[in-house]
Amino acid sequence: MIEYALAFGFLALSLAVLLNLWRLFKGPSLMDRVLAVDTMVINAIALIILFGIQQRTTIFFEAALLFAMFGFISTVAYCRFTLRGDVIE
Amino acid sequence: MDFIVELVVSVLIVLGGIFALVGSVGMVKLPDLLTRLHAPTKATTLGVGGALVASMVFFAGLEGRLSIHEVLITAFLFLTAPISAHFIAKAHLHEYPELREDLPDTGRPLGWSTFERMPDEGEVTEETEDDRHAAHH
Repeated sequence: MIEYALAFGFLALSLAVLLNLWRLFKGPSLMDRVLAVDTMVINAIALIILFGIQQRTTIFFEAALLFAMFGFISTVAYCRFTLRGDVIE
Repeated sequence: MDFIVELVVSVLIVLGGIFALVGSVGMVKLPDLLTRLHAPTKATTLGVGGALVASMVFFAGLEGRLSIHEVLITAFLFLTAPISAHFIAKAHLHEYPELREDLPDTGRPLGWSTFERMPDEGEVTEETEDDRHAAHH
């Protein structure tokens, strides 16, 4: 049963990433693109977690945690750059 | 017993996938950025939360090892999602000054702190809830 649920989860999340990609290319404003990348990172984390369940290994959690951290830091750094023209003042 | 755990894991995975998909569809369909911000920050965070809880139940119930990594990732995502949403909204408001006219009144002598200068010493007096109530009548 888990196999079918995993297949559905992979399908839904892949579709979600494709929709994010569409928003990333379409824009129209700069912050739309930042938001699209932020959402894409969160969806990628969910994909990694589902892949870990499928492979029955916990080794991917570190990768998911790193994705979460880098996604957040890059979003904040980009917003800060557009707000102040500098990342660290 | 195993069947119940499998059922719970499957339901959580499907729910997480649906939530993530709804969040991304909302980001494509909604009309402008400040409404588009709602969909990913709420639905997608719930979606990834569902996948993480499913993974926790799976490894604790079927594989017999309790992993706390998921709690760490969940806590980190739930803490950082509002912060990044706040930053995106703020940067967007600074990018398009015409949006400032739609902002609600602060109900105080000074406007929104992100657009105003620093108040001088002693300029802002503490206003209690009763004062503001009286000023309206």
